[in-house]
Amino acid sequence: MFKIVEKSFLQDIVVRMVIEAPEVARKRKPGQFIVLMIDEQGERIPLTIVDSDSEKGTLTIIFQIVGKTTAKLADMKVGDHILHVLGPLGHATEISNFGTAVVVGGGVGIGVAYPIAAALKKAGNKVISIIGARTKDILILEDEMKNVSDRLLVATDDGSYGFHGFVSAVLQNLIDSGEKIDIVFAIGPVPMMRVIANLTKPYGLKTIVSLNPIMVDATGMCGACRVAVGGKTKFGCVDGPEFDGHEVDFGLLMSRLRTYADQEKQAMENYRCESHGK
Amino acid sequence: MENKEKTEKKEKKEKIPRQAMPEQDPKERIHNFDEVPYGYNAELAMMEAKRCIQCKKPSCVAGCPVDVKIPEFIKLIAEGKFIEAAWKLKETNALPAVCGRVCPQEDQCEKVCILGKKDEPVAVGRLERFAADFEQDSGNIVIPEKESPTGKKIAVVGAGPAGLTIAGDLIKLGHEVTIFEALHKAGGVLIYGIPEFRLPKAIVDAEVNYLEKLGVKIVRNAAIGRLKTVDDLFAEGFHAVFLGVGAGAPVFMNIPGENLSGIYSANEYLTRSNLMKAYLFPEFDTPIVRGKNVAVIGGGNVAMDSVRTALRLGADNAYIIYRRTEVEMPARIEEVHHAKEEGVQFKLLHAPVEYIGDENGWVRQMKCIRMELGEPDASGRRSPIPIKGSEFIIDVDTVVVAIGTMANPVIQATTPGLEVNKRGYIVTKGETGETTREGVYAGGDIVTGSATVILAMGAGRQAAKAIHEHVMAKG
Ligand SMILES: Cc1cc2nc3c(=O)[nH]c(=O)nc-3n(C[C@H](O)[C@H](O)[C@H](O)COP(=O)(O)OP(=O)(O)OC[C@H]3O[C@@H](n4cnc5c(N)ncnc54)[C@H](O)[C@@H]3O)c2cc1C
Ligand SMILES: Cc1cc2nc3c(=O)[nH]c(=O)nc-3n(C[C@H](O)[C@H](O)[C@H](O)COP(=O)(O)OP(=O)(O)OC[C@H]3O[C@@H](n4cnc5c(N)ncnc54)[C@H](O)[C@@H]3O)c2cc1C
Ligand code: SF4
Ligand code: FES
Repeated sequence: MFKIVEKSFLQDIVVRMVIEAPEVARKRKPGQFIVLMIDEQGERIPLTIVDSDSEKGTLTIIFQIVGKTTAKLADMKVGDHILHVLGPLGHATEISNFGTAVVVGGGVGIGVAYPIAAALKKAGNKVISIIGARTKDILILEDEMKNVSDRLLVATDDGSYGFHGFVSAVLQNLIDSGEKIDIVFAIGPVPMMRVIANLTKPYGLKTIVSLNPIMVDATGMCGACRVAVGGKTKFGCVDGPEFDGHEVDFGLLMSRLRTYADQEKQAMENYRCESHGK
Repeated sequence: MENKEKTEKKEKKEKIPRQAMPEQDPKERIHNFDEVPYGYNAELAMMEAKRCIQCKKPSCVAGCPVDVKIPEFIKLIAEGKFIEAAWKLKETNALPAVCGRVCPQEDQCEKVCILGKKDEPVAVGRLERFAADFEQDSGNIVIPEKESPTGKKIAVVGAGPAGLTIAGDLIKLGHEVTIFEALHKAGGVLIYGIPEFRLPKAIVDAEVNYLEKLGVKIVRNAAIGRLKTVDDLFAEGFHAVFLGVGAGAPVFMNIPGENLSGIYSANEYLTRSNLMKAYLFPEFDTPIVRGKNVAVIGGGNVAMDSVRTALRLGADNAYIIYRRTEVEMPARIEEVHHAKEEGVQFKLLHAPVEYIGDENGWVRQMKCIRMELGEPDASGRRSPIPIKGSEFIIDVDTVVVAIGTMANPVIQATTPGLEVNKRGYIVTKGETGETTREGVYAGGDIVTGSATVILAMGAGRQAAKAIHEHVMAKG
């Protein structure tokens, strides 16, 4: 049992939670994730470890409510217990001093981008972060990102804050401005990562993306998380989650993510009805 | 005179035919996940037990990988001493309720039973199941005496049949035993792979509870190699480590379209259904595709379990696509029989070459090729050869690839000095399970490749002896 020790809404549908999981907290490296299962009937879902405190023995997660499990998790209170937490999973981000690193985070992906940006900064990189959201109210972790970046650029789709447009346009401007970039990390919705990867490819600009395929065990046992990278099948959980963005088949990832769309909708509706009944 | 006595005895015995085990009607059972056979009642069990002629040199025992005292336990059943029969079984087999259900008896004890020469062999497996169930149902489960504490700590990685067996043996010898299991439930393939209708999970849970009552500590959600390494375990004070991590990584065929939605590895399909209880969705949260036309690729137990699961999830057409013939099929005869009764369609001498999807990335069709049998290969089985130009299309909306599994590299990659062979299985010295790392032992599927429950248990037992000697010798 893993106790929830802090919980707050970063905005309407994005929750930050701190969970007690001392052993995972001690071992975890940036880029790694956990799988959690709320209760006996629950689904196993993967979430990135955004931060950890090995002294307090805690992990921080940030998640967006997109379906039943994330909704149920968001309804839990401080002091409640999550039944199962498995981790740390996946390869840690390969961090070194690349020179200038651009970290692009979109939506809840900023949560995943944050520990990577922090680690890159610590390793001596010049970190330029580009974060974006649909609109100002749902932008998360701006201050945190600012603290670990040499420069922070913000974009909103509706222009309510920062640059009016997509993060990809900001990156394009940055490249056009003559900034010498050594590596790009792009983490966010699949379409965003695809656009960024397509953008950097002609420049031969190394681009790492963090993929979020559907997972079950997340230990390499089932292959639910299959992704195609460079024409080869890889398992997102044990070979990833980070891959060379220029090699990833994003179309496949998107269609596989839709596999259970009908059931997910049904589960969410049932859950909403149940929790309203209470 | 001697001869006459023999014939008389034989005649008397052989009057009783092999007793069938009552089972659920196939038409009913394809709509539920309840266990298929109901098991013997006391009367049937005693009748079957009386068929055994109590051989002086029982060939059945020689056919059993763990030397279960077969005539002895059967005699006790014949005498109505059911609990005693269960205890007799447990002297050599830690999981008789499991083995009675899933062991390939037709290749082991029953294959060599003397009665089988002229008539049908004694139903050893069914009797084993009966006695073990009788004990569990009676609630009269004895916790055996443990040796006095040795002060030695042993880590067991993986809670499958190998890990559970070694844990039981070592705790009885007075050691402190901790099992580390990556999943949130203990049992290995018994819990995530083999379906409820063949092995009820309550039986596995009862065995796991029993071990915990004995004092075995089970740490779930502990993926060794990730949460901690084998070296970390030694640093924490464990005196020996046993690796029973199974051969859990799925194998795909790498043919075009294999990553389309609706195409599963058997591991994923069965894990969703069994471990995550997706067949109870939406009561349980994990979804599974309930296909109407389901093709399962393969001819082993895993394929049979998958195809029978597909039927129970509502398939109209459930196919086995196997590249050889029924003779070469590695699945247990009983499972093939059950599958046929349930309406599974066997497409033998067939192999998929490509999957064809729709605009949303969903599998819709499968291109198959017909095969013919050629010369025997290294395994002695005649190898299948594709017949040129024989390709044709089958409509499918779900595919389960059940062509085997391989070693998961996580442990090996994080344990320096642990030698593996070129297929990734851990190299051991003989039967003791000793690896190339001092104090590290291994057994079960991670050493042999996918095998059987009983062989994994046998390996656990052998390694228990070796570990005991090793840690005691170190003083
Ligand atoms: C390595 C990794 C790290 C992730 N980190 C984060 C994170 O830090 N914050 C965050 O908000 N989200 C993260 N995700 C995505 C998160 O796992 C899904 O949003 C979550 O599983 C949705 O579950 P649900 O029941 O609420 O929604 P559902 O209704 O089940 O599904 C909604 C969407 O989530 C996807 N999804 C469903 N089940 C799974 C599953 N078992 N595994 C992965 N995706 C699934 C589906 O494709 C669907 O599009 C990560 C995913 C991966 C693979
Ligand atoms: C669907 C199916 C049906 C089968 N049917 C039969 C049958 O009818 N009869 C029969 O005799 N055999 C059958 N088998 C084969 C049999 O189940 C296996 O041979 C047997 O379970 C092997 O036991 P094991 O202990 O070696 O490994 P497993 O049962 O595979 O258990 C290994 C355990 O280790 C855990 N693990 C793996 N990596 C780690 C790690 N890094 N850290 C911690 N834990 C880890 C796994 O999660 C798992 O719980 C079947 C197999 C399958 C898949
Ligand atoms: S070989 Fe058959 S008849 Fe002989 S002891 Fe074994 S089960 Fe009984
Ligand atoms: S999630 Fe099962 S292998 Fe990756």
